[in-house]
Amino acid sequence: ASVSESLGNIRPWLQKVTTQAKTTDSKYFTTTRKGEIFELKAELNSERKDKRKEAVKKVIASMTVGKDVSTLFPDVVNCMQADNLELKKLVYLYLMNYAKTQPDKAIMAVNTFVRDCEDPNPLIRALAVRTIGCIRVDEITAYLCDPLRKCLKDEDPYVRKTAAVCVAKLHDIDPLLVEEQGFLDALKELLADSNPMVVANAVAAITEISDSAQTDTAADMLCWSGQLINKLLTALNECTEWGQVFILDAVANYTPTENNEAQNMIERVSPRLAHANAAVVLSAVKVIMKLLEMLDPNSDFVLSTIKKLSAPLVTLLSSEPEIQYVALRNINLIVQKRPDILKQELKVFFVKYNDPIYVKLEKLDILIRLTSAANIANVLAELKEYATEVDVDFVRKAVRAIGRCAIKVESAAERCVSTLLDLIQTKVNYVVQEAIVVIKDIFRKYPNKYESVIGTLCENLDTLDEPEARASMIWIIGEYAERIDNADELLESFLEGFADEQTAVQLQLLTSVVKLFLKRPTDTQELVQQALSLATQEADNPDLRDRGYIYWRLLSTDPAAAKQVVLAEKPLISEETDLLEPNLLDELICHIGSLASVYHKPPAAFVDGRGGGQVAKATKGLPSRLAAEAGGAAAAAAGAGGGDFGAGTGAPGRPAVSVIPTQESLIGDLLDIDMSGGATAAAAMAAASASTNQQPVDLLGEGLDSLLGGPAPSATSPVPPSGASAAAGGSGADSLADIFGGLGGGVGGGLGGGGGFDPPMETWLPAQKGKGLQIEGRFLRRGPQLSMELRLRNNAMQQLNGFAVQFNKNSFGLAPAQPLAMNPLAPQQSVTTLLPLNTKGPVQKMDPLLTLQVAVKNNIDIFYFACLIPMYALFTEEGDMDKRVFLSTWKDIPPENETQFNLGSYAHDADTASTMLRSFNVFTIAKRSVESTDMLYQCVKLTNGILVLAELKIVPQTNAYTLSLKSRHVEIYPGVHEAYLAVLKG
Amino acid sequence: MIGGLFVYNHKGEVLISRVYRDDIGRNAVDAFRVNVIHARQQVRSPVTNIAHTSFFHIKRSNIWICAAAKKNVNAALVFQFLYKMVEVMGNYFGKINEDNIKNNFVLIYELLDEIMDYGYPQNTDTGILKTYITQQGIKSQTKEETTKITNQVTGQIAWRREGIKYRRNELFLDVIESVNLLMSPQGQVLSAHVSGRVQMKSFLSGMPECKFGINDKIVVDSKRQEPGATSGGGNLGGGGKAGHIAIDDCQFHQCVKLSKFDTEHAISFIPPDGEFELMRYRTTKDISLPFRVIPLVREIGRTKMEVKVVVKSNFKPSLLAQKVEVRIPTPLNTSGVQVICMKGKARYKASDNAIVWKIKRMGGMKEWQLSAEIDMLSATDKAKKWTRPPISMNFEVPFAPSGFKVRYLKVFESKLNYSDHDVIKWVRYIGKSGLYETRC
Repeated sequence: ASVSESLGNIRPWLQKVTTQAKTTDSKYFTTTRKGEIFELKAELNSERKDKRKEAVKKVIASMTVGKDVSTLFPDVVNCMQADNLELKKLVYLYLMNYAKTQPDKAIMAVNTFVRDCEDPNPLIRALAVRTIGCIRVDEITAYLCDPLRKCLKDEDPYVRKTAAVCVAKLHDIDPLLVEEQGFLDALKELLADSNPMVVANAVAAITEISDSAQTDTAADMLCWSGQLINKLLTALNECTEWGQVFILDAVANYTPTENNEAQNMIERVSPRLAHANAAVVLSAVKVIMKLLEMLDPNSDFVLSTIKKLSAPLVTLLSSEPEIQYVALRNINLIVQKRPDILKQELKVFFVKYNDPIYVKLEKLDILIRLTSAANIANVLAELKEYATEVDVDFVRKAVRAIGRCAIKVESAAERCVSTLLDLIQTKVNYVVQEAIVVIKDIFRKYPNKYESVIGTLCENLDTLDEPEARASMIWIIGEYAERIDNADELLESFLEGFADEQTAVQLQLLTSVVKLFLKRPTDTQELVQQALSLATQEADNPDLRDRGYIYWRLLSTDPAAAKQVVLAEKPLISEETDLLEPNLLDELICHIGSLASVYHKPPAAFVDGRGGGQVAKATKGLPSRLAAEAGGAAAAAAGAGGGDFGAGTGAPGRPAVSVIPTQESLIGDLLDIDMSGGATAAAAMAAASASTNQQPVDLLGEGLDSLLGGPAPSATSPVPPSGASAAAGGSGADSLADIFGGLGGGVGGGLGGGGGFDPPMETWLPAQKGKGLQIEGRFLRRGPQLSMELRLRNNAMQQLNGFAVQFNKNSFGLAPAQPLAMNPLAPQQSVTTLLPLNTKGPVQKMDPLLTLQVAVKNNIDIFYFACLIPMYALFTEEGDMDKRVFLSTWKDIPPENETQFNLGSYAHDADTASTMLRSFNVFTIAKRSVESTDMLYQCVKLTNGILVLAELKIVPQTNAYTLSLKSRHVEIYPGVHEAYLAVLKG
Repeated sequence: MIGGLFVYNHKGEVLISRVYRDDIGRNAVDAFRVNVIHARQQVRSPVTNIAHTSFFHIKRSNIWICAAAKKNVNAALVFQFLYKMVEVMGNYFGKINEDNIKNNFVLIYELLDEIMDYGYPQNTDTGILKTYITQQGIKSQTKEETTKITNQVTGQIAWRREGIKYRRNELFLDVIESVNLLMSPQGQVLSAHVSGRVQMKSFLSGMPECKFGINDKIVVDSKRQEPGATSGGGNLGGGGKAGHIAIDDCQFHQCVKLSKFDTEHAISFIPPDGEFELMRYRTTKDISLPFRVIPLVREIGRTKMEVKVVVKSNFKPSLLAQKVEVRIPTPLNTSGVQVICMKGKARYKASDNAIVWKIKRMGGMKEWQLSAEIDMLSATDKAKKWTRPPISMNFEVPFAPSGFKVRYLKVFESKLNYSDHDVIKWVRYIGKSGLYETRC
């Protein structure tokens, strides 16, 4: 009989069932009567089969809606022995839900399970083994092993494929049991099964087990050989769509050892791009994107593969909206990694009127990424259209996008600005505000070019009610104060409601008023005073107060300097905004199609720690081009010198993110632009995470403290005024002795502890950047010997050898005293080694001062990283000196070189502090107490001979420490300050 | 992988709840209801993360279907599975609505048990599922029968069973294309593409090998070994040059041997029995747009608007378009509309905020016009700004706007005694409107 005939038989029957069901099944959902459980119990024990079945149905319905029917457990289990398959399935479903709550009674079901696993009908065997794995009760698990072993070798593929998944279930309950019983090997054997579905399920189970593995044997399961991968790729052709996804996802974890292999894999995976299932397509894209990293980017093969990728990605956009969303999030990543793939396909990202909002927002994002001078006209016309839509978020994003276009494509900036002006004319509140925010960005990219629009902006002043828009407007007024006649009035009107503004607006307002004052000092004095007093006296926010104080001091000490600082030329914002950090991007590329790629976050960020071996495991990274091949690239990177740390693993040709933050950008950040203008924030963030692991030294922050301390009319006048005057008075040694009176042997008491403290290791080179080589390190000083302690770990699959290390020129001439002694490093091995240093190397002043750029070479590549030398590592043993020498040196250094720092408060008294500092070669020359305030006079000599004199003031009641430094070389102050903080904090 | 599947009605009451993994608890069911179904604002994403659990949802009429997962699952796979699950349920009991789900909940649980194991999708082919999930229970199946079933469920050719016989071997091919267009008011094509599918209905005996030929440029070129062949050829409704079209991308049914397509550009397969979608394709070049809409909107003061719309048909005069419908959106504060049209019927539908103009039949190379006067209530400032949605069109034409042509479909069945010539074949082309919009 043909199928259509047999279907014909089923159809009327199905209709019958449905109509019959209409009168019966849905009623189970409505019963909420009292005594229901009791009635059910009676029915479950009824003599009549059909009645029992009805009762079980009712139980399941109650379970679905969340009622607790666990008390019926024994009665339901009694129905299990029935030979009716439908009833059996229902009982099993009940068991899976409640077995855990009634473990002692669940054991009653074991016999039936074991018997069912032997049933002649494979469907029943499979059902039993499927269910038993879901019952997480220890007593039952123990009985599971034997039937499972049999089922793994069952003659029927349907049973085997079910058993394969059951191994993963069991592993989740008891991983050790799975290993002991040899199920892992049995599972591996299934990979060679003749049936494609068995293979696919075995692959899925193995992937899951090795992802959450706690032991090495399980983790090693995924270390597949090329041969096996080859077999799996063959099985790909015969699997169901889902099986194909399992296999592709597993293959994506494999990194081939040779280029030919990678190329061959790509060739075999690419037919999948034509599959109707989007998951198959995306997983294939993932495998290909990963393998492409290994190949020569300019080869014909790579170029033609890239071409092949674009059409399938575009096709995904004609699927259902949810898949479109997943695809768009992934395309967003792919476009950042390889912009070429979709650059011709701009139009498919045009927003359709009926697209759901989440699709619209994502499309807009990609549209901007693909914008270039060639297509800007089309894009701009679209964006203008979008800016008149209904959804507020979407409209805002569209307006912002217009601004981004202007910043990205200079030739179109003018058109963008006029478009924005048109939009402002619509007077739609949020459009106006958003437009003002982006116009501010445009001003920052093209200063002094479009100020003619300021008039129009000012007309809309009253309608701005969002902080970001207000702050932007205030920034514009301050920046162009000289061209806005009534700038003072405008700012004054803002100042009236100062207290009610958000911090961002307050900060901006303060800065803008100061700018205005510096530009038009004559008629705005009152205004600036009002603003400063509001910021310093009325405000609770420390940032605001601090900024108020800097300005105050700056203006009162040196208006010219103030002008230089506040009106300094600002760095232009870069054109590419909100790019993902390159390492994260690489990791996400390895997760294409998965949730991580949808959230744009690494899995660890949203997956619970529980049972997630994945979290502990090294994050996924793209493979790099193989050593032999990559020689040229490595040489190129080496040629680029120490500056370019980011480009080591990235695709050549991608502009490297500037890694070490420049002083200007920090100043710019602090003084000027608080709004997340995008560019600076993103760049700064990337820089912070990509460069040294220490926080970049906040130069201005330090200066700030000194500004505060310096001219303040407080009692702490610069150090020994009395001493100085006394010395000048001529009474010489006596008065000196007087001044330093009471300094005793106590000072030296703490000498000789000697060990110092060892700072924790820092990661200098993460494994993703080091192609598997991870370097942690720290600086140590043992007596006179300065050394660098390195811990190298090999996370790669192969042995690493041929290590060598070299330093770039640095501020203190640090250089390795001997070559790096390193034996070859086996995979997963880690070794700690001590590299003695001297200071005879070439000297070049670095910025930040203490930066040390290091190159480490091995058989794979040359890697560059930068670290910060802690200043105390440079303090030498020769710092001690005579009191008199100290005093004369102090006098010799000009007073303007003196700087004061607040160190905060610590529990130690003066002596302990002195001892602690001594162990770091900070020598206390003298100690003195004035009105119960302890003063320590200390000296430090750096490796290059620079002397730093210090006065450490300790107020016992509050334990507040104040440090005054004096040296001929003020640049080293921040470092010394850091060192003091580090020592005192222990 | 997927931790649990939940089905809710529009109120957020649970209709089906199937937990596959231990890491998804009962509270997950409530978390989704509270945070998504009962959330005040519109859904902003089909994926929601609540307390380290990710929820994927789709909606069918007012039923929410949701998958929950704790791990970093394959998101594309989850959504594809949800669609498939809806399709399977639809094949079993028709429309997805609350009544049908409640009435069939036992069946649904049985299906969910079969199509997914421990969060991993298994065989989801309805044709196969129907052979053993029947709600009748498997009573008297012989060993051979069950083996046949299990082999089919897991087998290589999971989509066809052995031993099918027909007295008359017959097959039907429908080429169904939907034309998508976005046009600017000035008549510039902003984006246009055709997404087409080839729907096949086969009634063939045995295990027939089929070979399918189309006029795709690459396929044709690779066949002739000489790129840019210049042979002419019948041209249906306009379309590609020299009878070949450039297909941007195509996707095939499970049964098509993809590796063979990749290497030889040959589409060969053993078809499932009955109806299925053989391939899907997409083209963007040389599309012959069947219609053009020329809008003219004039606002006269704050309370009056004039709309003039011209529709031009752009295909052979001998062909007839059917079910032509033009939707002209009107402002929300419309109080009255006067419409005049030359052909067809036009009505203002207040509930849709649109003038709907229906034309039953329209020949090629015609040009018809509608004009309307719209009166509006005087707009208060509070009334939302009206943003002129695009004018959309629906239609059906008897040709493939992409120029797609079936060149051959050959059937080989070596074991049975019928040949390609004995098979009766039918081919039909239908062009439909997808999103066919003109901004105004």
